[in-house]
Amino acid sequence: MQLSIDGTTHELDVEPDMPLLWVLRDELGLKGVKYGCGIAQCGACTVQIDGQAVRSCQVMAGDVWGEVTTIHGLGSPETLHAVQAAWVAHQVAQCGYCQSGQITAAAALLAEVPNPTDTDIDDALSGNLCRCGTYPRIRAAVKTAAKKLQEG
Amino acid sequence: MSRAGKIARRTFLIGSAAIAGGVAFGVVAYKRPHANPLLDDLQDGEAALTPYVLIRPEGITLITPRADLGQGAYHVQAALLAEELDVDLADVTIDPGPPSPAYYNTALSGDAAPFPATDTGFMAETTRAVLDAPMKFLGVQITGGSTTVPDSYEKLRRAGAMARETLKEAAAQDTGTPRADLTTKTGAVILPDGTRLPYTDLAAKAAQIDPVEDVSPRAPANWQLLGQPMQRVDILAKSTGTQDYGIDLEMEGLIHAAVRTNPAMGGEMLGFDATQAETMRGVEKVVPITGGVGVLANNTWRAFQAVQAIKVEWGPAPYPADQADHWAKLEQSFTADAQDSQYKNEGDVDAALDTARVIDAEYRAPYLAHAPLEPINATVRVTDSRADVWTGTQIPRFVQDNVAEITGLNAEEVHVHVLMMGGSFGHRLEDMVVRQATELAMQAKGRPVKLTYSREEDISHDFPRQIAMARGRGAVANGRVTACDLGIAMPSVMGSQMGRQGLPIAGPDLQIVAGAWDQPFAIPHYRVTGYRAEGLPPISSWRSVGASSNGFFHDSFLDELIHAAGADPLEERLRLCNHAPSRKVLEAVGEMSNWGAPLGENQGRGVAYCLSFGVPCAEVIEVTQTEDGLRLDKAFVAAEVGRVLDPVNFENQVQGGLIWGLGHAMMGEITFAEGRTEQQNFDTYPFLRQYQCPEIKVRGLENGASVRGVGEPPVPPAAPALANAIFAATGKRLRDMPFNKQVDFL
Repeated sequence: MQLSIDGTTHELDVEPDMPLLWVLRDELGLKGVKYGCGIAQCGACTVQIDGQAVRSCQVMAGDVWGEVTTIHGLGSPETLHAVQAAWVAHQVAQCGYCQSGQITAAAALLAEVPNPTDTDIDDALSGNLCRCGTYPRIRAAVKTAAKKLQEG
Repeated sequence: MSRAGKIARRTFLIGSAAIAGGVAFGVVAYKRPHANPLLDDLQDGEAALTPYVLIRPEGITLITPRADLGQGAYHVQAALLAEELDVDLADVTIDPGPPSPAYYNTALSGDAAPFPATDTGFMAETTRAVLDAPMKFLGVQITGGSTTVPDSYEKLRRAGAMARETLKEAAAQDTGTPRADLTTKTGAVILPDGTRLPYTDLAAKAAQIDPVEDVSPRAPANWQLLGQPMQRVDILAKSTGTQDYGIDLEMEGLIHAAVRTNPAMGGEMLGFDATQAETMRGVEKVVPITGGVGVLANNTWRAFQAVQAIKVEWGPAPYPADQADHWAKLEQSFTADAQDSQYKNEGDVDAALDTARVIDAEYRAPYLAHAPLEPINATVRVTDSRADVWTGTQIPRFVQDNVAEITGLNAEEVHVHVLMMGGSFGHRLEDMVVRQATELAMQAKGRPVKLTYSREEDISHDFPRQIAMARGRGAVANGRVTACDLGIAMPSVMGSQMGRQGLPIAGPDLQIVAGAWDQPFAIPHYRVTGYRAEGLPPISSWRSVGASSNGFFHDSFLDELIHAAGADPLEERLRLCNHAPSRKVLEAVGEMSNWGAPLGENQGRGVAYCLSFGVPCAEVIEVTQTEDGLRLDKAFVAAEVGRVLDPVNFENQVQGGLIWGLGHAMMGEITFAEGRTEQQNFDTYPFLRQYQCPEIKVRGLENGASVRGVGEPPVPPAAPALANAIFAATGKRLRDMPFNKQVDFL
């Protein structure tokens, strides 16, 4: 099968029911996408498909319906996405394990809702668990990123 | 391991009993420093000036032996070294280093002594110093107990200063300029004429001279780095998905593995049928291991699928099968025979309770999983002459010994590479996953085997936090609390945990009463008794350990007594508190929360205090009872740590500790049925989420005499502050965690 991930098309020989998460991690080496629960409860595996935040542990490889964007497709240490830059500025991460999913979900939110309210942030990010408790910084960083993106 | 080392491991007592067995034993004999492990592999032109600073022609490496679980340990250790060494953190490599007795933890023994942290008297300090000797002898390299900062604060600054002065001495000898006329800046010695001599060029010379040991760290007033906001060394990687954790390890020839062990922890595997699993795509091998079975495959998911397809017959649990029987064990432990300690017994409690109107209450705290978001994992490669272990661990020296025992290699032939951890909360003080990965790797010699736990395997074998119960009896008179008698029953976490490392613990376990017996309140008749429950499942240290349950018990009961006395919760705590830095944290949260200011009709405000890990911490929570449930509005935290080394990380740790305490007070528990945990994943083991998180204000106080770590101390006051706030808002007193079994939250 063919999958388009972070702008590159990959030819893959995998079971159609292998979750996208494991295709990304073990077949393509995109390790920024994290395994946390496998049942869409934690959000660590969040990626975007055609700009929409989805849990890659629940999307079977054979069902991927569009262009996949991972944390690596959003930006890199050299070319930060505005959301990543806000995460750095607020020093959000503690262990950092959930943050790829948080950032990917936040970027999808801001693409759709440029100036989110606290309720918008709650709705978009409450599916992403953080056991370290970085929630206050995540909220602040989303607002900073929104401002930055609006200023262009 | 040497014969002396083996004897010591068998017979040494870590914990409070070490006082009885250890006082007479060799404080002097074992005061020699351990050898510097970096000297073993040095090449020409390289210098390892202390066990913490390695300088090679190609660059400078700072060794940060305390593990990073997300708490920023690598950064703070590097900053302590850099502050003295005068290097830019962006220009150095940071490496956790090899497991070595040189990196033993001094601060851990200080907190193992049965004296409250507020006691700095002769007996307390002497006992702490004596306990340090066996810790050093054993070379216990443990990350835990909020000790990274207290352990490192003097040690690493001195190490940085020694390295700096030794490099200056090398430059002095090379140039003939007296050392006193030299300065240092960003990785170089500066001559009076401004010439820069990079440390890397001076390494060869520095390696040949005796280290300059007569140094004293710089005064905080002169700090360039510490005490001010710093950018954590790992923040860029952790914001871009480029931070690799143990679970992300890739290498040539790596095999993925999954295991299933008896869901009744420690039970036997009686037999299995892997006929179907062996035919599944990607499966290389099915391997029996201690207590279960493992699959080696070419992809993690394929290994997960295959291991689930194996039919296994399990033996019974080596502990009561059902939760009700676990609680019964605790209920039956409040007896003289099961008494473990009674370090606090002031006034005449029995007489005071005999004559007064007695207030009774009983509290419970459930088993809880650590459940760090990165499921535990380990990669092991075994050959005939060496083993390599790549894993996130807080106990690298124990890992080394255990892998040596399983493989039959010498400990020196076992190389442990500590990797960044996606959380721990105490989980990575266990090493069962490494032992299992080693057993698997023995069946695939020469190839690295990466064992990843599924979330289900992880939560069901979490070595959870202790269950605990408390019974309080108290009295009040004339608007004041006059008597408090608190009994606490739980299994011994230290006994369970250290037992798995072959270190028998004798004597009382301080954790059974930690966060309760050592609180600085001058209640006239005041007693805290610990009772040890036996025969329960294996348990392990969970963020703030004994205080995670006892802080709730002690402060909740105090709050009940204060309400019974008709006193103001904050004022009465202040009146009773006999420790000046603790009074200041209570005053600080009072001021931050505008304590006493009127609240809305359905609102309530609760205060709680707990001294744990040497840190007095007070918290105020404000809640509103809405039509849809209780909402947490605001939280205020004040903590006394002696000195805030990194204000940003300090705030982050305190917020995280508070959220950890609140989330686990509100929801989540591990219960047993038929010997198995009834919870296996985050659907049945929930935690606080973004929409439930209150606004949090944090203040660090610097009035205390010693510098302390803050990873754990914000946890214990969170549950009682919330329960006290809910009582204030609703009149309902919550005595059992999790609270959502009795009230609804938004």
